[in-house]
Amino acid sequence: MSQAPYSTQELMIIATAREIANREVVFIGMRLPITAFGVATLTRAPDAIGLFEVGLARRQPALGTLQTMSDPLNQLGAAWASGLLQVMGTLPGGRVDAGFIGGAEIDRFGNVNSSYIGDWRKPKVKLPGSGGAADIAGMAKRMVVIMNHEKHRFVERVSYITSPGGLAGGDSRSRAGLPWGGVGAVITDRAILRPFGPERELHLASYHPGHSIADVCDHTGWNLKLLPDCAPTPEPTAAEIEALHRVDRDGFWR
Amino acid sequence: MSTKLTTLAEAVRTLVRDGDQVVLGAGLEQAIPFAAAHEIIRQGKRNLTSVAPISDMVGDMLIGAGCIAKVVGAWMGNVSAGLGHNYRRAVEQGLPHPIAIEDYSNFTLALALWAGAYGAPYVPVRTILGSDIMASNPKILKAEDPYTKTPIALIPPLRPDVAFLSVQRAAANGDSHVWGNLGVMQEAGMAAERVILLADQIVASEVIASDPNRVIVPGFRVAAVVHTPCGQHPSPLAGHWKRDGDFFTDYHRLSREPESFQAWLKEWVFEPGSPEGYLAKLGRRVEALRIREQALSVPANYGAS
Repeated sequence: MSQAPYSTQELMIIATAREIANREVVFIGMRLPITAFGVATLTRAPDAIGLFEVGLARRQPALGTLQTMSDPLNQLGAAWASGLLQVMGTLPGGRVDAGFIGGAEIDRFGNVNSSYIGDWRKPKVKLPGSGGAADIAGMAKRMVVIMNHEKHRFVERVSYITSPGGLAGGDSRSRAGLPWGGVGAVITDRAILRPFGPERELHLASYHPGHSIADVCDHTGWNLKLLPDCAPTPEPTAAEIEALHRVDRDGFWR
Repeated sequence: MSTKLTTLAEAVRTLVRDGDQVVLGAGLEQAIPFAAAHEIIRQGKRNLTSVAPISDMVGDMLIGAGCIAKVVGAWMGNVSAGLGHNYRRAVEQGLPHPIAIEDYSNFTLALALWAGAYGAPYVPVRTILGSDIMASNPKILKAEDPYTKTPIALIPPLRPDVAFLSVQRAAANGDSHVWGNLGVMQEAGMAAERVILLADQIVASEVIASDPNRVIVPGFRVAAVVHTPCGQHPSPLAGHWKRDGDFFTDYHRLSREPESFQAWLKEWVFEPGSPEGYLAKLGRRVEALRIREQALSVPANYGAS
């Protein structure tokens, strides 16, 4: 078997970059989405704006690998340096097209848990918590969840909803009072899932090269259904790979 | 003119009381006043409430040292290294003692400080509707918007007793400049009863007055100014100090077990004894973190005639 010319993480980065359209305003968390934002600005979205909840906006990612959003490298050349309220206030203001979050658990309606494993009154594991994820999930026009695809993480029901996806499905999100938003895509190391149908349940949209439908379903904790046009995830193009190598100059993701 | 300059030991002794609500992480991942946390631990303050949207390892070490009774915040851990071991031990096993948690999201915690600062009885939001934060934090109430008749959440105000803010430069009168991402520094500084500045540099008041737009918390809200060069180590400070990533990683490894955490505390908090002792212990490591690149902003003209 020949070696693929890209790593699984590089494929995830490129798939994430494809979720950003030109001129969109997007909330980018740490690590993988920052690199994806860089790839997007060099390919399909040269005029996208990236927001950081610590109080920063950028037109391009910083040069070099960041440890945190507040690293001096991320301050240098920022398009806007301000406070958390000013930058995160664009979310309920309805000005944010997409936001990227991670988590420890996700369920079939795309609700994400990053707070407590087990009962929150007596948790088995205390996770760090929401940070800005609940706000991004609630108030971005769409959220993209990036997670490793394991059966114990892709569960029927999360033990705690930190970041609301489709809640109980159907119109339950708008009934809860969230006027817009919801899951746009879930990008994993095996596949891409998207909500579908009147219940807005997560369906298999595409599976990555080297993986099969059966493999993805085996690693999902609910009975995963297929989108009508379910197909292999498109391979990265030469332009996407080149952009990625320009952004990830240290080869962190290779 | 009266001076607000004092020592860190004196500021903590006179301005922090057992049981206080204390803000330490207002700059989020930069400008974290670690030197203040070390002094709080050395003076054995107890039953404190930590208030911050996110707490990098500053909150975790205060929990492990037994200073914290309650966490009011959105995120607690070690930003670049992973979960907070002391936080987990306290919540999962009650070690060194149980702590209470009041869950927020970053934005709602910031709004709670804003409400405290500006006298709002509460802030109505939609952002966390549908989240179980509404369930695990009983202080956030669900209500009906009287205008649209749709669901809303009410965020009550927070008025912390003390806010420690790390700033690039301050004058003895309490005026200061801070730049880079600001997190909730302004809201925390305007909401807190007592504000203590940890200044990387002490400058003449004319330097601050030359650019009043860069004053985030006015000097009249400041109770004390402490000169603590690199007092935010190992967090970064825009234009002054890089982040000491290895220090976070080492702490993460050594805090995994209570015994090795106690050894870490002894080595990095108790034995150094003061901000000066800590800097001396860091030694040449400090110089490697000092930012030497000059990327100066163009001056803004405030001329009037």
